[in-house]
Amino acid sequence: MKKKFKMTDIDCANCAAKMEDAVKKIPGVEDAVISFMTQKLTLVAPEEDMDRILDEAQKICRKIEPDVTIVRK
Amino acid sequence: MTKKQKRLFIQILIGAVCFGAGYLVPEAGPWKLIIYLAAYLAVGGEIVLRAFRGIINGQIFDENFLMTVATVGAFFLGDYPEGVAVMLFYQVGELFQSYAVGKSRQSISSLMDIRPDYVNIEQDGELVRVDPDDVEVGQIITVKPGERVPLDGIVLEGRAMLDTAALTGESVPREIVPGQNIMSGCIDTNGLLKIQVTAEADESTVAKILELVENASSKKSHSEQFITRFARWYTPLVTVGAVALAVIPSLFDGMWAMWTKRALTFLVISCPCALVISVPLSFFGGIGAASKLGVLVKGSNYLEQLSRIKIAVFDKTGTLTKGVFDVTSVDPVGVSADTLLETTALAESFSDHPISVSLKKAWGKPLDSSVVSDYETLTGQGVRAVIGEKVVHVGNAKLMETLGTSYTQASGIGTIVYVDIDGTYAGSITISDQIKPTAAEAIRELKEQGVAQTVMLTGDTRKVADAVGASLGIDTVCAELLPAMKVDEVEKLLETRPAGSQLAFVGDGINDAPVLMRADIGIAMGGVGSDAAIEAADVVIMDDNPERIATAMKVSAKTRRIVTENIWFALGIKAMFLILGAFGIATMWDAVFADVGVSIIAILNAMRMLSVKTFTKPSDARTVSRTEAEA
Repeated sequence: MKKKFKMTDIDCANCAAKMEDAVKKIPGVEDAVISFMTQKLTLVAPEEDMDRILDEAQKICRKIEPDVTIVRK
Repeated sequence: MTKKQKRLFIQILIGAVCFGAGYLVPEAGPWKLIIYLAAYLAVGGEIVLRAFRGIINGQIFDENFLMTVATVGAFFLGDYPEGVAVMLFYQVGELFQSYAVGKSRQSISSLMDIRPDYVNIEQDGELVRVDPDDVEVGQIITVKPGERVPLDGIVLEGRAMLDTAALTGESVPREIVPGQNIMSGCIDTNGLLKIQVTAEADESTVAKILELVENASSKKSHSEQFITRFARWYTPLVTVGAVALAVIPSLFDGMWAMWTKRALTFLVISCPCALVISVPLSFFGGIGAASKLGVLVKGSNYLEQLSRIKIAVFDKTGTLTKGVFDVTSVDPVGVSADTLLETTALAESFSDHPISVSLKKAWGKPLDSSVVSDYETLTGQGVRAVIGEKVVHVGNAKLMETLGTSYTQASGIGTIVYVDIDGTYAGSITISDQIKPTAAEAIRELKEQGVAQTVMLTGDTRKVADAVGASLGIDTVCAELLPAMKVDEVEKLLETRPAGSQLAFVGDGINDAPVLMRADIGIAMGGVGSDAAIEAADVVIMDDNPERIATAMKVSAKTRRIVTENIWFALGIKAMFLILGAFGIATMWDAVFADVGVSIIAILNAMRMLSVKTFTKPSDARTVSRTEAEA
């Protein structure tokens, strides 16, 4: 399933690229794109894993840029 | 400025003041160090903190860490002003970058500011404003003059001129009358409209367009992928280079301080940010500019490839021609043109054939079909009817031959109907699909943009196809094709295209979805209404104007030029300063100026993409001023 999430406070484009790379490596993630310009995360993953993946993604992104938040709907 | 930017701005100010104060303290000693340290912490404390956090989280080579090492190193070497200055300028660059990106985000969202805020609904005789999401299909909404149409629907009451510029880039207002479909996103310029909603807010034209543009930046271009890959290697490599520069020569000559200082200069130039930010920024701006011009590009990758189109394949009907059959010529013999047209329209009035429809449309007045009797279809030839007292035959040349009427072969291109009234030849009427007024210009502009071969595919007859092709200046015309054969033709053409170039197929999205998908770049015209077209195409042209393809290619070319400029410029300057730094010619001061300067220039260059004016043609401006004059 493909889902989009808004992200806040991504300050540097390089960090966005690093986050994208890291999120892609989370088990269960089929594809992930972080757009620095629109500050959006597009995640392709099985629906039942979505919550777990988001938790992990949030943690990973925080490691790269401490202020980043993934907004969940 | 956002809260974060303001905080950074204040930090920079405090840092700058302390930095200035450092100069006023005359002699070397503890005071000087204390003031410079205060300046350093004010402006760069956060960076140092982040660097530590980064190390804990295993992010060693991030720019925070490198800036920290470079500046702390400068302090240890006793170069306090350098340490502070590097941090100060780095932060100025960061602030500018964040401000510029915010600004371009804003200007793009204002380019695309078509999302409605409210909907007027009548409740108990009064108009109330409700959220567009709360409106259901079938409800009736009211749009007042000057308002944006919030949802798609059918007009029930009222007439108005619609400004569709936000959707199609077309500046000439379009009239709308009851019974017509209306698209969300248009502006009602002058009339009160009552509209029955046909799609919910999430499904509306506006929502589809916004979704498309927002998703576009997630399909990354080759340049973006290149630059992120590059950044992954660049920073570690420069760092390793710095360590090598500090250690290896020193082992031979023992001048540790000098080589370390040069190595620190290396670190200052190690941040890849200018590159990493300017590339997506350019594409984002390009996609925004294209949508403002009525062209939706579904990904940065397609925007990048558009200007590489060498073969442009067109579908004829609906793409180069209007796809609507109209009477193009009435050639009466012995009767008036009006009589000929009316008689023919009456004779055909019982038929729903496209030809009869266009005859009725050309006549334009109500037909009294009570005068028609003894109507009869003559298969493969035409019709026979008695109108009033007269026996009328309408049909093709074969019919005239069967009747033995002497007729003149009409020279027009299209479907020709010959008319015989009471055994006497009365003339002919030519009905044809009309070429779009901008089609020839569109083909010419494509050639100007470097398209080497233009091809037209059509299921129409050879004669019609050749005539259209010749009048438009198309290189190759493939006629009498069945829909499935169009894919084969495109496959053949795909094999002939030179390496690195692209083949585009332009269609109207009806029946040609497989071809749109098979081509390198599928371009659908007038496709906002059709889901199939949006789904299958890579580029959607919102109005019916084929000239937009050349416009999109221009946007693409400019985007690519800016991206290339930025990549070479940033890489060039960085390489130069790495070399100058290694030989001790460039100091840390020069390095930080170079680095921040490159960022700022690259970002400013990328922001040029946001200006749309350069792509609009003078003819567009003329249309605008003419409509203004009329108003």
